[in-house]
Amino acid sequence: MSAPDFNIKYVAHLARLKLSPEEEQQLGAQLGHILGHIEKLKEVDVTGVEPTAHAFPLVNVFRTDEPRPGLSTEEALRNAPKQSSGLFVVPKVVE
Amino acid sequence: MLHRLTISELTARLARREVSAREAMQACLNQIADVDGDIRAFISHDPADALTQADAADKAIIAGADFARQPLLGVPMALKDVLAVKDQPLNCCSKILGNFRSPYDATVVEKLKAAGALIFGRLNMDEFAMGSSTENSAFQTTRNPWDTARIPGGSSGGSAAAVAADECIASLGSDTGGSIRQPAALCGCVGLKPTYGRVSRYGLVAFASSLDQIGPFTKDVRDAATVLEVISGQDQRDATSIPQPVPPYTKALTGDIKGLRLGLPKQFMVGGLDPEVKRAVDAAVTHLQSLGATVQEVSLPHTDHDVAVYYIIATAEASANLARFDGVRYGARVDGADPLEMYGNTRGAGFGAEVKRRIILGTYVLSSGYYDAYYLRAQKVRTLIRRDYLRAFEQVDVIVAPTTPTPAFKVGEKSGDPLQMYLSDIFTIGCNLAGIPGLSLPCGFAPTAKPGMPHAKLPIGLQLLGKPFAEETILRLAHAYEQSTPWHQERAL
Repeated sequence: MSAPDFNIKYVAHLARLKLSPEEEQQLGAQLGHILGHIEKLKEVDVTGVEPTAHAFPLVNVFRTDEPRPGLSTEEALRNAPKQSSGLFVVPKVVE
Repeated sequence: MLHRLTISELTARLARREVSAREAMQACLNQIADVDGDIRAFISHDPADALTQADAADKAIIAGADFARQPLLGVPMALKDVLAVKDQPLNCCSKILGNFRSPYDATVVEKLKAAGALIFGRLNMDEFAMGSSTENSAFQTTRNPWDTARIPGGSSGGSAAAVAADECIASLGSDTGGSIRQPAALCGCVGLKPTYGRVSRYGLVAFASSLDQIGPFTKDVRDAATVLEVISGQDQRDATSIPQPVPPYTKALTGDIKGLRLGLPKQFMVGGLDPEVKRAVDAAVTHLQSLGATVQEVSLPHTDHDVAVYYIIATAEASANLARFDGVRYGARVDGADPLEMYGNTRGAGFGAEVKRRIILGTYVLSSGYYDAYYLRAQKVRTLIRRDYLRAFEQVDVIVAPTTPTPAFKVGEKSGDPLQMYLSDIFTIGCNLAGIPGLSLPCGFAPTAKPGMPHAKLPIGLQLLGKPFAEETILRLAHAYEQSTPWHQERAL
């Protein structure tokens, strides 16, 4: 049993992943198989059960709002694939 | 022979000045030169920097350093390639990080350095910690030191193999669904996943943030307690770290387990369990009874759903966490006409097959129209799984189980079938979903056929699961077992 309308092209677009036609074919088949296994969860009665996002949820974790040393511009840019004038360079966004 | 020592043995000799940290580090470097061509646990290491660190430790020792305050002084340690060490490379064994070098230390690294450890190498892993064999590393597949035709486990396979092959004295890994305990079991060392929130993840590259924990690989239980004591504690830079005092874990190793109540989950001792693993775990339970523990069966009725819940929650969180690898701020970039095309090209070229598979699955289960059916439902079943564990802990102090269903499998045996690979994590995932601590230690060996070696054998791991923040209890139990059995004295090489 695989998910009825699993559209690999659409999901790959959402994930910002460029896949080759071979990858689309192979991943699509493998994920159908994995989703088939996951379908088992539909057997479980979860009526009235609260979801768990964290095993030990902490709320309102605050620290004092004081300036602390952080990365310098140089350190922050050190691993950048492309940089200029202390900034990250990206392809043109606006025409 | 210094590379063969445990932390406690080495630091005792360093404190008496019988040996130097430089000699200990040199012994590890020599062992790497001798064996790592076959084992392939190290992605990189810097011998000159390692010896410089060792010299600094020797100076501190001569100046009268206090080993009670610096329990890892002069101890050579290597780390999984997922932890940030300032100015060292960090790749998560992926192509997408390019020539990344960390601009800062992870909190655990700061703590190790403050305790005097010499941090000198990057250890192999499945790309972004996604896998159970290190076969998903973009760089190399690590081999099991007990049989190099077999995998060391994963994802922290390099961390386990390096300790088992005596290439370093101890190491750190990370555990999201078993990535410390499974390779520790398959390589015959001690691996500990602490309670969720026990150890700060600041400087750990995130995989699944509601599951990830950092923990040690060591040659014995005492060393695991020593490292845990160093790396634990709340950290303002990780808002999920829990403000709970850090007890002196080594003081918990009393050898006395009389009256400790152990639970055997009936759902774990069924189909798919290798007969040699079953034999070893049964014998370990009998032995623990002879040491004064009591044993009863417990039930974890939702165990059957662990793998499905895990592969929804972990991939969903991973798909969000790995969005940051887009070719803008760090790592490799593959150009495109506009940012969208650049992201797609960079990620398409930079991620390996398993990472893509999980990002796609995670994106799908979070996507509009499927969120409730998959992700929300998985989070609800997670509640039931966690409840099962907490109910079991009303009757028992520790849950005892096999760490893995089989000993180490062969390289290539499961790499073509992702679902079979996922199912090999069946005994370790529940611990992460419930957020509880888990430890694996050697409990015997399975004979194996190996050409020219009629007595070849593979380690088997015993898994001890504790109540939240009950690391002291599982360490005490593990120590009592270890010190009255011969397994930890056997070396792979």
